[in-house]
Amino acid sequence: MKRTFCFAKRNLKEIVRDPISVGFGIVLPIVLLILLSIINSNIPKEAQENMFEIRLLAPGISVFGLSFIALFAALLLSKDRESSFMLRLYTSPMTGGNFILGYALPLLPMGVVQLIFCFAAAIALGLPFSANLFVCIAVCVPIMVVNIAIGLICGTLLNEKAVGGLCGALLTNVTAWLSGCWFSLDLLGDGFRKFAYILPFANAVDAARAAVDGSYADIPGKLWVVSAWAAGLTALAVVIFTHRKKLK
Amino acid sequence: MNAIETKRLTKRFGMVTAVDALDLTVREGELFSLLGVNGAGKTTTIKMLSGLLKPTDGSARVLGHDLLTELPAIKPLLAVSPQETAVAPNLTVRENLELIAGIYNSDPKRVQRMIDELGLKEAEKFKAKRLSGGWQRRLSIAMALVSDPKLLFLDEPTLGLDVLARRELWQVIESLKGKVTVILTTHYLEEAEALSDRVGVMNGGKLKITGTPREILDAAGTENFEEAFIRLAGGEAK
Repeated sequence: MKRTFCFAKRNLKEIVRDPISVGFGIVLPIVLLILLSIINSNIPKEAQENMFEIRLLAPGISVFGLSFIALFAALLLSKDRESSFMLRLYTSPMTGGNFILGYALPLLPMGVVQLIFCFAAAIALGLPFSANLFVCIAVCVPIMVVNIAIGLICGTLLNEKAVGGLCGALLTNVTAWLSGCWFSLDLLGDGFRKFAYILPFANAVDAARAAVDGSYADIPGKLWVVSAWAAGLTALAVVIFTHRKKLK
Repeated sequence: MNAIETKRLTKRFGMVTAVDALDLTVREGELFSLLGVNGAGKTTTIKMLSGLLKPTDGSARVLGHDLLTELPAIKPLLAVSPQETAVAPNLTVRENLELIAGIYNSDPKRVQRMIDELGLKEAEKFKAKRLSGGWQRRLSIAMALVSDPKLLFLDEPTLGLDVLARRELWQVIESLKGKVTVILTTHYLEEAEALSDRVGVMNGGKLKITGTPREILDAAGTENFEEAFIRLAGGEAK
C-alpha cells in the first residue's frame, strides 16, 4: 500500500497544482448553478416549471460537475503515458493495482471538495442546509467512481489531445443530456428516457435528488445501477491498464 | 559475478529485427557503454534488460535472476534513467526524490544524500519543470540512484546538454564506478572513451565488438576513437 499512497500523493499534487483544472471543476458548476437560478427566478409562476428550482438543480449540477473528474483522471494518465516518467515507473516494482489506485484515490477527495463548493453555492442561492446534504455527498461516491474509471480508460487508450475532446467535450455533454440534470428526460421521449436510465448518470441524479429531499427509500433502487456501472467500469479500467502495461 | 548475461537475446518488431542474437556479458561494478548509430539496437537492448520489452527469442540473466521468469525479483534492484528527462514536472526536486524513494521502499535518508551528492541543494525546492535541461538530467539520475540500485541503465544521459553540463554529469557518472553496475548508451564517443571500463559497439541490432577502449582502438587499428567507431560500426572490423 505504501507504493500506492506515495503515487497517490504525487497525483494529488499534480492535480491541485494545475489551477486551470481545479478552477474548471469547481467554478463551472457554480456558474451554471447561478445562471440557471437566475433563469428560474425569471420563469413566470403560471408556467409551473420546477426543473430549475434549487432543490432539484443543486443535486443535478453536482452530478454533472463530477464529470470533470473524468477529464482530470484522463489528462493526468495520458500525459504520464506520453512522458518518459511513466517509463521510469514501469521499470519500478509498481503493479497495475498500484497505478490504478494511485490515480483514483486522490480524485475521490477532489470530488468531495467539488460537491462541498457546489452545495455551499446552492445554500447561498436558497437551498436549505440539512444533514441530507451530507447523505447526498455519500450517495455521489459511486458516480465519482464511474467518472474516475471512464477517465482512466480514456487516459490509457487515448493521447492527451483526444482525451481533451472526448472527456472534456463529449463526456460532459453526454452527462448533461443523459442525466436530466437541468431538463426533464420526458421531454425527449420514452425511448430516450429508457436508454438514459440504462446508463448511470440519470440514476445518479435521481439518487442525489432523493438524498437532498430526504426520500431515503428511493435511493437504493437508483444507486445499485450506478454502483454496478462503477464496479464494471473500474474492473474494465484495471484490465485495460494492465494489458497495456504488459511486456510487448 | 556477472550482472548481465544474455544468450542470443533477440527482439523483432514484425519483419524488423531490432536486436539480433545478442550475446553480452557485463561484470558487476563495471561501467559498460553501448555505442552505435541511431537504430543500432541500444535502446531496445536496455528496454529488454530493464523489463520494458519482452524478448522475442533468447534468454538473459540479470543480477542472477532469469529476466523472463523472475522480473519481479529484478525490478527492485535496477533503475533506469531514460533517454528523455523522466521527472514529475509539478513536483519539486525533493518531492521527486521522495516519490521514487517511497515507491522503492528506500531509506528516506537517501533523499538528502542524493541532494548532497549530486549537488541539488540549491534547486531542491524548485519544481522540476522550472529546471534547466542540465539540472533536469541531474535530477533524473538522482531519481535513478535514490533507490540504491545494483544495476543502473543510463540511456543517453548527456544528450542535448552543453559542454559544461555534460562534463558535470561525467563527474557524477564517474563517481558511480565500482559501486553500481552501469550500462550507458551514448552518441558521444569521447564520453564512452573517458568513462567506460568496457565498450560494446552495436550495428544493425548485432554486437560487433566488446572490449576496453584500448582494445577497441587496437582492433580497429587506429589511435582515434571516433575513427575506430566508424570502422567498427561500419562493419570493417574483423
